Amino acid sequence: MNDELLIGVLGLQGDIEENIKATNNAFKEMNLKGKIISVRYPEELLKLDGLIIPGGESTVMGLLIALKNGLLDSIRKILQEGIPVMGTCAGMIVLAKKSYDKVVGNKNQLLLGALDIEVERNSFGRQHDSFESNLNISGIGSDFRGIFIRAPSVISAGPGVQILSKFDEKIVAVKQENIIGTSFHPELSGDSRMHRLFIELVSKRKANR
Amino acid sequence: MTISQVGSYSASKGIKVSTVNSKEILSGTTLIKRGFAHMQKHGVIMDVTNVEQAQIAEDAGAVAVMVLDKLPYDVRHAGGVARTASVKVIEAVLDSVSIPIMAKCRIGHSSEASILVEIGVDMVDESEVLSPADESRHIWKWNYTTPFVNGAKNLGDALRRIEEGAAMIRTKGEPGTGDVSEAVTHIRMINNEMKKLKGIHDNGDNQELIKIAREIRSSFEIVKETARLGRLPVVNFAAGGISTPADAALLMSLGCDGIFVGSGIFKAEDPLERAKAVVIATTYFDDPKTVLEAQKMIDERKSMLGLDIKNLDLKMQERGPTI
Repeated sequence: MNDELLIGVLGLQGDIEENIKATNNAFKEMNLKGKIISVRYPEELLKLDGLIIPGGESTVMGLLIALKNGLLDSIRKILQEGIPVMGTCAGMIVLAKKSYDKVVGNKNQLLLGALDIEVERNSFGRQHDSFESNLNISGIGSDFRGIFIRAPSVISAGPGVQILSKFDEKIVAVKQENIIGTSFHPELSGDSRMHRLFIELVSKRKANR
Repeated sequence: MTISQVGSYSASKGIKVSTVNSKEILSGTTLIKRGFAHMQKHGVIMDVTNVEQAQIAEDAGAVAVMVLDKLPYDVRHAGGVARTASVKVIEAVLDSVSIPIMAKCRIGHSSEASILVEIGVDMVDESEVLSPADESRHIWKWNYTTPFVNGAKNLGDALRRIEEGAAMIRTKGEPGTGDVSEAVTHIRMINNEMKKLKGIHDNGDNQELIKIAREIRSSFEIVKETARLGRLPVVNFAAGGISTPADAALLMSLGCDGIFVGSGIFKAEDPLERAKAVVIATTYFDDPKTVLEAQKMIDERKSMLGLDIKNLDLKMQERGPTI
């Protein structure tokens, strides 16, 4: 059996290359053999040991998932099989059960419903309120640079959801079994610890099969 | 760092420091501004003039909308002075769509820019589609917390705008014409200049790099970093004349990070379908089968007729300061 991990970044829209870079850095730091690729087709998704849904616009990603034949089904299959998935910012929104926009309210957008959370989009305001600050993340430490760009936050989380980090009373990182969601962009901070946490999940699941 | 910080001005007035629960938070940093542009990558930013168009754009998968008073095609036909859009229209769009909202100000018009920032737009476009307010200087964009995008025809233009604080570049075509040829020309030119720089950098020839920096009137630091990266240090979108999915795919294939569509969508007779098709073709630009599927969604008889660039009285790309 091939022991090299294969992780995909959903390559429809957003900061795809930045997640590829962060994952490669994490592989190197962990001294692990792994490959990270951009994926846009159903058949590519089914080979993966882990999937990252990047930052970008959640409405756009949802639309492109729905428009490509078979893509939605293959992402759902990955989630059902318990293959680790991490969503950063827009990626977390796409994974959520419910979402609404702070200003506009409900938007009819495709959500995967895998993370038992309700998300408020643009929760910290518009771009001029976007910010960076240090975060305390369980399992990582208190010095993780959080990059929040028109970021969402988690308004409510179901009983199976572990809260990894809060900022200003708002939930900004969660984990539910093999799914991780963050309001911020770990791929932009130059710190690969969040991606390492994700790769550990990917590696553990692969070893147990 | 994943995003290059080159060209940053350390005394930037746009950086806001505050504290939340005794934690320091920073807004308007280079990372937050350029990071915003990175979230637009592989996406389509669409020009709109009202709420209805903004909602169509959002439903069709636009990654952001750009609010204008008139579409570039109509600016061309109206003549006169083209200024920033009505505050009421921008505010109405802000209240109706959840995606980022950009708006244009005149080149050098720092007061129009300030107004857009106060309204709360997510990015300001200092744009030659509007009548330039200052023929000798662009805006010093480091004064603002909100990020800016600027147009560029060549590498020197792009690097000078970045050093003035632009967090994103759009390669200029000729707006409102439905003709992509100018955009293609300028992207090729910038790509060729960068390829040449990369070669010189790989040979370790700093003296040649500083010579080029002087020729293109940019700093050695930013030229060297661009040479090392082999690409612009900020996100670079294509703009000007894009009207079909095939146009979008062509420009993406030249290495752009995403595209702006101006008149091409709402001057066509099938805006919703066309906008969707352009979004699909932008994501799958390197997959002819999917681009074909996108192209099938539109009808060429419904495309904007377009204007022959050779016969234009006004070349918008040439407006504004040359330095």
